[in-house]
Amino acid sequence: MIEFKDVTKHYGANVGVDNISITVGDGEFVFLVGPSGAGKSTFVKLMLKLLDVDKGHIYYKDYDITKLPPRLIPGHRRSMGIVFQDFSLLPKKTIYENIAFAMEIVHRPARAIKRQVPQALELVGLTAEAEKLPNEISIGEQQRVAIARAIINNPDVLIADEPTGNLDPDTGWEIMRLLEQINRRGTTVLMVTHSREIVNAMNKRVVAIRGGRIVRDELGGLYHPEMDDDPVVCRPASEEALPI
Amino acid sequence: MRVFLAFKQAFLQIGRNKAMTAASLASITAILLVLGIFFVIVVNINNMTEGIKQDFDQVQVYLQDDVAKDQAAQLQSQIEKLSGVSGTSYLSREEALQQWKVKWGANAGLLDRLQSNPLPNSVIINISDLNQATSIVDHVKTMSGVEKVSYSQDTVDKLLQITRVVQIVSLIIILVLIFISILVVSNTIKLTVLAREREISIMRYVGATNWFIRGPFLLEGVVLGLIAAAIASVVVGVLYHYFIARFGSDFLLLMSNSFVNESFLNFNLAIIFAAIGVSVGACGSIISIRRFLEK
Repeated sequence: MIEFKDVTKHYGANVGVDNISITVGDGEFVFLVGPSGAGKSTFVKLMLKLLDVDKGHIYYKDYDITKLPPRLIPGHRRSMGIVFQDFSLLPKKTIYENIAFAMEIVHRPARAIKRQVPQALELVGLTAEAEKLPNEISIGEQQRVAIARAIINNPDVLIADEPTGNLDPDTGWEIMRLLEQINRRGTTVLMVTHSREIVNAMNKRVVAIRGGRIVRDELGGLYHPEMDDDPVVCRPASEEALPI
Repeated sequence: MRVFLAFKQAFLQIGRNKAMTAASLASITAILLVLGIFFVIVVNINNMTEGIKQDFDQVQVYLQDDVAKDQAAQLQSQIEKLSGVSGTSYLSREEALQQWKVKWGANAGLLDRLQSNPLPNSVIINISDLNQATSIVDHVKTMSGVEKVSYSQDTVDKLLQITRVVQIVSLIIILVLIFISILVVSNTIKLTVLAREREISIMRYVGATNWFIRGPFLLEGVVLGLIAAAIASVVVGVLYHYFIARFGSDFLLLMSNSFVNESFLNFNLAIIFAAIGVSVGACGSIISIRRFLEK
């Protein structure tokens, strides 16, 4: 499904990812862990072709992302669902419109939108909030909206970049249950996280990145303390994040 | 249906971004107002010079006394063949005297004391193209039976010169104003776009195509342009109405020529405003959103 082959991306003198090779199969659930600045975000951005590689190839389905012509980039991104740590909802659109938007951009008929959006809202338990704006609901609810938007077009891959990073533990677990549910339907889930508790409890494949390199790749892996940020790196959000 | 939905969306977005919308709307409207007021002035100056020109599009050819009426008719048909001539008419000395009497009005009694009519018979040439007036006059002077040709060449030349200058200057000023308005509007819309940069990047992340992202902004620009055009049309129309009501009769007395017809001007102005508003709004949107899109 996804294959990184000797992929390198540098930002000037800083390393993004350095000569990474990894394969993720259909329907897998993979945690991507590592300290801040390890290259996790670069990894995600390369997959979405928000960045271009310096070297190497990224194969997705039957094509090479690194050789994708610009006109095919939107279509490529649509085949992946994306959930961000900050939810990235359109602030001036209602919850309903935010989810419908993902269908509108792939030109789904209005009838399908009217049918599927309420279904998605029900799946994430937000039927009553449909007409509210994002800033009128809690952050946990916002993240659920983001997930509903990410899966509305039945993507093959769901990429979640620290989806629980801004949430309290209870809400974090709700999100994890949702993601697992989505994974069971056959969607490949790739989740970037900092949460030791979640990684240890879920018993999934864990890929650890540090300094732009993959340092560990285990099935049913555990969160290793060396993956925590170096002490000098202060993470002010850690109090709100799940307990580590 | 799709178009309707898109417009509905554009109006919704405009409603949700009130501050930015107000700023863009104000700048387009202001530019249109300046443009409109200038346009009204130019159209009236043009109208005025056209009016004055009409007083000078006649050449009077005085005939020698021994030229009979049928000879004059021959002369007329020769003159009518010249290019730039729209027609001729014969003015007998009696008719000419009558015209003088009418012109002099209360003082016409002075003319009654004349023992004989001092005026010659003449042919009036109506000129369709003032630029050819000089060559027509030169040619007619050489014809036999012509005593003298009366034509205020200097005045006409000056008038033509002034008209040309007014036209060129007004064209330049209008072009400059349009250019400035595109700059101003694209900068204002750039602010709108900057305020929604996050929104645009989210759209890109979820796989929206460039046209899909550009579309709503473009439509917003167009709708803003139309609204601004409507406001500017009404404002200029009302101003012009009051201006005519206040100064119309004075002007008529002074220039023996009225202002350009109100409803005619308003209609044309509305169309011009709509065209400029829409294109300025659309250009502004496209220019300002360009750098946020996929290369």
